[in-house]
Amino acid sequence: MCLGIPGEVIEILPESPDLAKVDVSGVKRAINIGLLTDDPPQPGDWVLIHVGFALSKIDEEEAQAAMNFLEGIGQAYEDEIEALLSSQIDEQAPIDEKG
Amino acid sequence: MRFVDEYRDADKARALSAKIVGLCEPGRQYKFMEVCGGHTHTIYKHGLEDYLPESITLVHGPGCPVCVIPMGRVDDAIALAEQPDVIMTSFGDMMRVPGGRGSFFDSKAAGTDIRMVYSPLDALKIARQNPDKHVVFMAIGFETTAPSTAMTALRAEAEGIENFSIFCNHVTIIPAIKAILDSPDLRLDGFIGPGHVSTVIGCRPYEFIAAEYDKPLVTAGFEPLDILQSVYMLLLQLSEGRSEVENQYGRVVPWDGNMVALRAVEQVMELRPYFEWRGLGFISHSALRMKEHFARYDAERHFSLPGVRVADPKACQCGEVLKGVLKPWECKVFGTACTPETPIGTCMVSSEGACAAYYNFGRFSRERVRQASQPQPVTIEAGARKA
Ligand code: SF4
Repeated sequence: MCLGIPGEVIEILPESPDLAKVDVSGVKRAINIGLLTDDPPQPGDWVLIHVGFALSKIDEEEAQAAMNFLEGIGQAYEDEIEALLSSQIDEQAPIDEKG
Repeated sequence: MRFVDEYRDADKARALSAKIVGLCEPGRQYKFMEVCGGHTHTIYKHGLEDYLPESITLVHGPGCPVCVIPMGRVDDAIALAEQPDVIMTSFGDMMRVPGGRGSFFDSKAAGTDIRMVYSPLDALKIARQNPDKHVVFMAIGFETTAPSTAMTALRAEAEGIENFSIFCNHVTIIPAIKAILDSPDLRLDGFIGPGHVSTVIGCRPYEFIAAEYDKPLVTAGFEPLDILQSVYMLLLQLSEGRSEVENQYGRVVPWDGNMVALRAVEQVMELRPYFEWRGLGFISHSALRMKEHFARYDAERHFSLPGVRVADPKACQCGEVLKGVLKPWECKVFGTACTPETPIGTCMVSSEGACAAYYNFGRFSRERVRQASQPQPVTIEAGARKA
C-alpha cells in the first residue's frame, strides 16, 4: 500500500476541480489532486499516486523509472492496480455549505 | 524503455560498485539501515548486496506501516467491526495481519462486514451510499498516507457526512528512527532515508540525525542504481568526515516537503503522547490521533474500544527484524510456520515487509549460500559480475 504509482493526468474533472482523471498503464481512474494545490497539475503532467491522492508531480522520465520499479515487484504491483481498478472516487456529493 | 536503462544499467552499477569499494576503509565494517520497506524490496529483488563489498551490511528498518501495527490494534478494529450496523474498511494489506483473535479475513468469515478499499475516499463513498450504516476507515501508514486520511476527514466535514469515522493508526517515522538510534542493540553508520515519506515531510526533519547523532542520511529513490548511489554518497560523507542529510531522490523529494499535505495533517490530527509499535514497544509522540475538533470523525471517541494490549506470539521475532538486529531468515519460524499465506508476524504480510521480501525473492537461500562462501549469482542484468 505504500507504493507510489505514476499516472498521466488526462483531464481535470469540471464538476470537481480537486479531482483529475489519470491514466495508469491504460487504466483510467479519478484521483484527488487536492494535495498539489500549490502547483496544480495540468493535463499531460505526470503525478505519483498514493491511495487515491496525487502526492507529487514528477517528470516523464521518473514516471518510467517508477513504473519499471513497480513492474519489477510483480504481485504487489498487480494487487495495487487491482485495488486502483476497484476504486471509484469520481463522484462526490456537493459540499454542504453549513458544514 | 530508453529511460529505464538509465537506472538499471549494469555497467553503471559495476562502476558505482567499484567506487564504493574504493571508499571503504580497509578493516572497517559498515552498517547502513534502509528505513523504507520499498528499498528492502529493491535490494532483495535485484540482489544488490552482491554489488557491495562484504564489509557493508544493509539492515532493514521499521518503515513498513503494516508491519508495525500491534496485535491489540487489530483486535480493537475487529471489535469495531463487530458493532451493530458497522462497515469496517481498510487497505487490502490489513486483511491478513494477525491480531490476538485472528485477522480481518477471519472476522469477515465469522460474519462482520469488512471491506478492502484502495483509498480513504472510497470508504467515504461507501458511507454516502449506506446512510443507515456507520462506516469506519482503519487508517494506517506513515506520513505518506496521513495527508490522504486528513483530506478525507476534511471532505467528510465539508459534505456534512455523519455516518463516517476514522480509526486512526498513523505513525510517524522520526520517533521510530530515534528509538533505533537510542537502542543499544545496533550500531549504525548511516541511513538510506525513505523516499515517499520524504515527499511529504521533506529532508529537514532528518537533520537531528546528522547533528545530534553524527550519522549521515541520504534519501533515496527506488531503482537499483538509486540505492547504490545512496550507499556511495553515505560512504563519501564518512570518508570525508561529514555527517549530513543529502537528497539522492531530488527528482521527486522537495527539500521542504509538501506544505499542503503537512497543513492538512496539522489541521486534522495531533501527536499522541505515546503509541505501541509491534515489536518495538511504546514510543512517545510516534503516532497521530484525530484532533478534538474532528471528534465526530474519530472512531475511538465514537465507540468504546477494548484497548487491550496483546503480547506478540512467543515465536515471533518481528521486533528484532524491524530494528534490523536479525535478518528475516534468522527468525526460527521463517518460511516454516510463518509464510505469506499463514503469517505469524506482520513482516510476512505486506510486500514491503522484510520477511515477505526475502521469502518472495528466495534471498534466504542466497544468504545461506553466501554464508557457505560459494560463488554468487548476480541478478541486475545478465553478464554483470561483482566488481
Ligand atoms: S518470520 Fe514471521 S514471525 Fe519471524 S520475524 Fe518474520 S514475520 Fe515475524
